[in-house]
Parts: sequence; structure tokens; C-alpha cells
Amino acid sequence: MAMLQAVNVEQRRDSKVLLKGVNLDIEKGEIFVIIGPTGAGKTTLLRILNLLDRPYSGDIYFNGFNATRSPGQILQIRRRMAMVFQKPAVFNSSVFENIAYPLRVRFNDRKTVASRVEYMLGITGLSGYGKRKAKTLSGGEAQRVALARAMISDPEVLLLDEPTANLDPSSVKIIEDLIIKFNKGNGVTTVMATHDMSQGQRLAHRVGVLMQAELIQVGNPSQIFHSPDSIRVAGFVGIRNIMNGKIIAAESGIATIDAGGSHIAGVSDLPVGSSVNIYIRPEDVTLTLQETASSARNTLNCTIKSLSFSGSLCHISLDCGFPLEALVTRKSAEEMQLGEGKNIYASFKATAVKILQEPNGR
Amino acid sequence: MQELWEALVQAVNLIVSLDPEVMEISWRSLYISAIAIILGAVICIPIGGLIHFHDFRGKRVVINIIQTFYSIPTVVIGLFVFLFISRAGPLGGLQLLFTPAAVIIGQMLLILPVLTGMTISALNGVDKAIKDTALSLGASGSQAIWTIIGEARFAVVGALILGFGRAISEVGAAMMLGGNIKGYTRVLTTAISLETQRGELVLALALGIILIAIALVINVIVNIFLQRY
Repeated sequence: MAMLQAVNVEQRRDSKVLLKGVNLDIEKGEIFVIIGPTGAGKTTLLRILNLLDRPYSGDIYFNGFNATRSPGQILQIRRRMAMVFQKPAVFNSSVFENIAYPLRVRFNDRKTVASRVEYMLGITGLSGYGKRKAKTLSGGEAQRVALARAMISDPEVLLLDEPTANLDPSSVKIIEDLIIKFNKGNGVTTVMATHDMSQGQRLAHRVGVLMQAELIQVGNPSQIFHSPDSIRVAGFVGIRNIMNGKIIAAESGIATIDAGGSHIAGVSDLPVGSSVNIYIRPEDVTLTLQETASSARNTLNCTIKSLSFSGSLCHISLDCGFPLEALVTRKSAEEMQLGEGKNIYASFKATAVKILQEPNGR
Repeated sequence: MQELWEALVQAVNLIVSLDPEVMEISWRSLYISAIAIILGAVICIPIGGLIHFHDFRGKRVVINIIQTFYSIPTVVIGLFVFLFISRAGPLGGLQLLFTPAAVIIGQMLLILPVLTGMTISALNGVDKAIKDTALSLGASGSQAIWTIIGEARFAVVGALILGFGRAISEVGAAMMLGGNIKGYTRVLTTAISLETQRGELVLALALGIILIAIALVINVIVNIFLQRY
């Protein structure tokens, strides 16, 4: 049974639809990452999951129990979860009192509070910070306090809303390590919203993509980041070389697509005449100086428009009758003496061409 | 000029030598205003909380009216309470007129609007995320409200001290309701007024210096609190 479940959740503010038809199962013990651009509805969804807001329609099940239909139980259910907000709001008191808060509102005795707070301070690397005023902490420290505070009551579900937004890289690392530690050590089911794709890849067991109020794809990180099932997701996760075209020929599983005059071969079972979107990952494009016989179905004569080096890689923009991006190592770019205006052959296999049928009405 | 200077020296002498009459009047002033402010706090903080945490029609209007009464004249309060507690008034049977209790009631009514209004703005000043944070960490609705009031504590204390300053320095209500009875309802402000009229400038001046000193101390305390807030 899913730990936390959203069934047909819709949310509105005034007449604006903030979430529509969201169905989501969060499994016990997993780290589920919700990615999506700013304003997609990530915070709205987390607030509903935490029972802070009532959905306009739809239901939230906690451990199989319908929480939206039992207002009298909300406090009890919410006390089995904890949420950390994007901007950590610390109480105007000491770090100790901040972390102790969840135990205080649950009327724990003083000894339990003292020993639990000390333990949480230690585990989050904040030993000795207990007496500091929480308002004087840096952003990274405040977020660690917020995590310690959320975890002190040993919740079953931890909800995190952009927990590392606006933090410096070393603080991001500390927070991410803590999230993994709590998930592995305490087995806390974790739901995290982020717009940082690489963070999603690092932490997630499963990923849900929320765009324009809809959860449009749920899957494991490699499905989401390497073979998204729609152009919208592909665009969001940073896949380049997205084109649209029409299948003009199909033969034994290989389709020929006319993309703005250029012909590209790809693997597809779609019938001739289908409108399709295609994308090619830049790292799947091979560059050669001569037209060589290779197994790659597609070989195009291109001109280099620009190069940009980053680290050991080189990003190359090509003009092949349509714009194409390729990614090669800095070393091979230097060996081939690639430069702006140079003529070159780009090839890629038919299997490197991902073909998605264009949704109706688009 | 010479006279004024001599009067000033003698006034300081009265204070330094802890003149019994001066001390007695000062002490009465302090405790009457302190009781007024404590009663006011007990009434105003919950009312301010109720207004802040509930959305209702005309909320803006209510807050505007409260703010208008910040500067209600003390003599009007005096007159209003007088009508209620004088012999012929609805509360005449309690025989409150010309007692310290009457002065306390008058000063308390005087500061109710300031305390309520400033409690509301203090609560408004608390980060909106505090409520969500409290709830998400397992607080019940009323625990979350207490947490927010706790967050506003410095601003609320600032409001109380400001109200105390207004209460201890007013003269209208104290004169009309207390009657300036020596050894019973005579406070700093009424004593200054009387002694000045009688030509006892040295005593009036000593009492005035004490009143200013109290105002100064209050101001310093307010500033310390507001800085911490």
C-alpha cells in the first residue's frame, strides 16, 4: 500500500487552476522528487500532501486512510509528517528551542526534549549551536536547523520544498547528504520538490514531472532524464535537438522523417503520415572530418556555427539544414581542429532518434 | 532666572533626600498606571489576537476606528467614566468615584485602543511562514496562534511600555476621577498641577523631574526592546 496517495487532486485559487487531475502514489521508504519549473504547482501539491490546504477536489490517503474526509483526524495525521519550506522560517528563539518545538507541542517531558535535541544537533553537524539565536544563522545553517527540527519527532513522511534553493554549493551538499542519511537511516519516506534537475538525478528513487498544474510523467530517473515520453518533458529536462516533422516512409521498423526538408531515419512503428516530434541527444551525435562508412543511418554534411568549451567537454552548434547540437570531448575537438565555419560530417544511429507522436490537436 | 535655578537645586535636593511626600506620590503614580497597563494587556492582547486571526466583514473599518481612538483626549475619557460611576450613574452604587480604582479604570480605557491596535500590528509583523511552519511541525491551531503571539512578544512589550507612558503622564482622567485627594489619589500629574497653582514651584518642579525621568527610562526600555525585535 502506498504511504501517501493523491487521487484526482485538483486545486484552485479564485478561478485559477493550480493543480488538475493529479494522481500520485508515494511508496513507503522512497525518495520521490517532484521536478518542474517555477510556478508549476509543486508547493501547492506539497501543502496539500501535508494537509495544510484542502484540495478543491480529490482525496489524500495517508497509509490507506482518507485524510481529506476526516477533518477531526488532520492534526493526528499531520503529526506523522513534517515539512521543510523553501525559505526556512526560524522562530525568534535559540537553536535549541527551534529544534525542540515539535516535541514541545507534543508535550514531551524535559529530559526527552534535551536528549533528542542534543542528538539532532549532533547528527546535523550543529553541536554547540544550541544556545545561538536562530535568526543569526546563515542560510545553510538555518536550513540544517529546519531539517533537524522536522526530523526530531521521527516523522514517517518528510516533505521538502526546494530545500536547497538559494544555498551555496557546499551547503547544498550538506543538506543533500542529510536527506539521504535520514532516508536510509530512519527510513523516512521523502517527497521533495525541486527545479534543480541534477539534484533530482542525484537523490531520487522516482521522479514526477509537474508542469502547468499537471503531473505529466512519473518514472525512475533514467526514464525521465533519458527517455522522456513527451516533448514538454524533454524540453524541461534539457534535451536539445528537438524537431518536429512528418513520417514520409516506413520500412521494417525504420521510419524516414521529413524535418523541414532534411530526411532523418529513426526507429518507429508509427504509420506514414504521422506528425511526430523527434529529439536527438547531443552526446549521440558523432563528428567526423570525412564521410565514413559506418553503421549510423544518418550522416549529414554540416557547418560549425559555434563552439563552447566547458571543462573537458565541447558543445558544438551545427547547421545541417536544421540546427543540431553535438557534444564531444575537448580532446577530440582539438585533434580534429574544429573551428567556426568548418565543414564536417555529423552522424547518428537510427536508434539515437527518439520519436514521439505529436499529441492530437497540437 | 536666579529663582528658577534655586528652585531646581531645591527640587533635586527633595529627590535625593527621598522626601516622603515626593516618594509617596511617585510610588502611587507608578502602581496605579502599572495596574492599568496589566489590566489593559489582559484585555487587549486576546482582542488584538481575535481581530488579527479572524477575517470578517468590516475588519479594516474596525482597525481604523481603533487607530482613531489612539489620541482620544484624556478629559473625554474622564468625563465618560465620570458619567458611569458618579452617584447618579449606572455604576454609582459601587462608590468608585474619587478612588484609585476610578483612576485605574480611566487610564485603562485610555490605553485600550493603543494596546489593541499595536498588538494587531505586532502580529501583522510576524513572518507569515511562521504559522505554516508551526502547523507542519505538529502544532494544533491554538498552539500555532500562541507561537505567533510569542514571535511578536518584543513588539507587544514595546506597545505595553508605550501605553504605560501615556497612562502615567495623563492628567485629565486622574484629576476628574481621582479628585487629587492628598495621600489617597494624588498622583504626579495632579500634584504638579495643584502645586503650580499654589505657587509651590519647588515641589512641582521635583515631581516634574521625576515624571520626565520615568518617561526617559521608559523610552530607553522601548528602544532596547524594539532593537532586539
